[in-house]
Amino acid sequence: MSNNTKLDLHPPAIKFHEPQIEMAHGAGGKASRRLVEGLFAPLLFGSSREPLNDAAHVSIDGTRMGITTDSFVVKPLVFPGGSIGELAVNGTVNDLAVSGARPEFMVVTFVLEAGLPTATLKDQIEAMANAAQKAGIKIVGGDTKVVEHGQADSMYITTTGVGSLLPGIELDPRSVRSGDAILLSGPIGDHGITILLARGELDFESDLRSDTRSIFPLVEAIARVASSTVPSGARPGIGSDLRPDLRPAILWMRDPTRGGVATSLNELARDCGLGIVLHEDTIPVHDGVRGACELLGLDPLHIANEGQFLAVVVPELADAALHALQNTPGGEHARIIGEVREEPAGAVLVTTSYGGTRIIDMLVGDPLPRIC
Amino acid sequence: MKYVDELRRPELIRKAAGEIRRLADPQRHYRLMEVCGGHTHAIYRFGLKDVLPPNIELIHGPGCPVCVLPMGRVDDALSIAEQPDVIFAAFGDMMRIPGTHGSPLEHKARGMDVRIVYSPADAIKLARLHPDKHVMFFAIGFETTAPSTALTLVRAKAEKLHNFSVFCNHVTIIPAIRAILDSPDMRLDGFIGPGHVSTVIGCRPYEWIAKNERKPIVVSGFEPLDMLQSIVMLLMQLQRNEARVENQYARVVPWEGNRAALQAMAEVFELRPYFEWRGLGFISQSALRIKPAYAEWDAEQRFHIPGIRVTDPKAAQCGEVLKGVLKPAECKLFGRECTPENPVGALMVSSEGSCAAYYNYEHRKHSQLTTLSLPA
Repeated sequence: MSNNTKLDLHPPAIKFHEPQIEMAHGAGGKASRRLVEGLFAPLLFGSSREPLNDAAHVSIDGTRMGITTDSFVVKPLVFPGGSIGELAVNGTVNDLAVSGARPEFMVVTFVLEAGLPTATLKDQIEAMANAAQKAGIKIVGGDTKVVEHGQADSMYITTTGVGSLLPGIELDPRSVRSGDAILLSGPIGDHGITILLARGELDFESDLRSDTRSIFPLVEAIARVASSTVPSGARPGIGSDLRPDLRPAILWMRDPTRGGVATSLNELARDCGLGIVLHEDTIPVHDGVRGACELLGLDPLHIANEGQFLAVVVPELADAALHALQNTPGGEHARIIGEVREEPAGAVLVTTSYGGTRIIDMLVGDPLPRIC
Repeated sequence: MKYVDELRRPELIRKAAGEIRRLADPQRHYRLMEVCGGHTHAIYRFGLKDVLPPNIELIHGPGCPVCVLPMGRVDDALSIAEQPDVIFAAFGDMMRIPGTHGSPLEHKARGMDVRIVYSPADAIKLARLHPDKHVMFFAIGFETTAPSTALTLVRAKAEKLHNFSVFCNHVTIIPAIRAILDSPDMRLDGFIGPGHVSTVIGCRPYEWIAKNERKPIVVSGFEPLDMLQSIVMLLMQLQRNEARVENQYARVVPWEGNRAALQAMAEVFELRPYFEWRGLGFISQSALRIKPAYAEWDAEQRFHIPGIRVTDPKAAQCGEVLKGVLKPAECKLFGRECTPENPVGALMVSSEGSCAAYYNYEHRKHSQLTTLSLPA
């Protein structure tokens, strides 16, 4: 013991002291962030203070790539608009995409509960194969474990993906400045509300469908416009080392899954130290989602998405990026939903057309049943 | 969306706000209490303070059922749930309310069978699904939710469903308003009356407030335009020195209330001689208990309940905030020891609690307070 104490000159700063793991620690909100930043990051990444992103960027022999992993424990396995297999592919594809990587290869791990009907498994493998083909990612390997009946809920899927970095993408929330524009790719809350209703605990019906899909084509569209138009005051996307004094045109991207748009933007506000101001009327929300949220006392900004993304771009690129999104299939409903301002520093403020304002925080706890 | 969009139309809201500015005497300070937690939530959720002139002060009332429940009752409920083969069923907003040894959610993480239900009828479904278990429904709420609990008990009795019981914490709104008005440190000019409660009890029970206490009260809906219109109606009464009960929410609230709902309550419930309210203390005839005819479905009769009074942490000033004497941010613990994630007091738990509403929607607008909200 004493030897260890001597060697331990710079113990990792473990800040997570909660006695047990609660559901909230997996819900993607504040508690998740405390767990990751307070326990995982100090023990696994040491004192590195890089902001935590959806995918890591690594370099092997000078080739830079993005790598990410995600687990899927959704219930029910099949729901309107998708299934666990599609989510498992698209979730990892989207984490790569918003890190600025083109999804290339994926490996898959299944944890199966003894007694699972083969037909159920086959359906999900087929769903994965189709989703992978659509998203242009190759599944190249995998692993299977079976646990005793009762030790897992039907099936859990973990996917790990790697991708090649798009040229000139250099995302860093710390380069975000007051005046930058916030783009959203389409209507929010469809996935979270669809799952909630698919669980059958609430007696109302809707024609909502999960939005699960690959968002890479949309990310690629704004990356292309960032590199082809050279907004004054920002670096062209390709050959970004030409003007190191200028900022890249795309500064930050995130797919707002668990915890929703509010949680992603609160993370941005915290990482850049600035205020995020949203204009509520510009945020696209389907009526079914709005109605369910009104009835259940939820905010669409806290509801999970599986096929949308947020981007912060320099103001000069805002209109061109929006145009590029709207002209790409699946991006028709994209909007500029707000901008970065000095105040309220570190927080997200929602403004309404009649002049009322409110702060919107990260999701606290887990208001919904498990959804992804 | 019908009944939502037209009540949030910017031009109508601006018009109502203009009317309020026109009616409010700049020499006068108005203290209006919104009784209902749903209104408190709406005020912050829609940022209504931003459109009101500064001399109209909204005081948050005691109408949040989660907030007014003393911790001892939470402990009692959890003690029932700790017994073997009991399923604890409650509304989602009860899940994070602190008991002495943690919230229902924390008990769930430690292995207790805790289920979120959306109505007491869902709890009955659970009982039918699990005949080998006992389902205990943790009932809370004002007259808004009491009728559905009553109908559930009627159904349980009719079905002879023996593995189901209700731990009844239903309270009534009128004694709470009376306690507020009796409080010596409280000066109010008028009330924004509770909307949902009034769908059941109607508007007549408020008449004493107007007649005896000479305070105007306007029963209000929950959309931004509803609340602004109610404030307009209060200001008009105050301008004319009147004190009447008015019903802004007539599209939902019948003046005489809902007879069927009241009958269901009368069938199942009777008044308790007294009941403890967090922050307000013991108030006589302020809560409902289950009648002896339904004793078999009364968790308080079926189980041994410790019934130990638990005082709130001394530093927490929930009582003062509940009575409207203190603003949420004036409590010593606000935003420091007490946050929505780690609530010390119940006002920080429920989304209808004034502390949670203020914390979530308001206080970080002022950047000097930003540091308070960063995770420790």
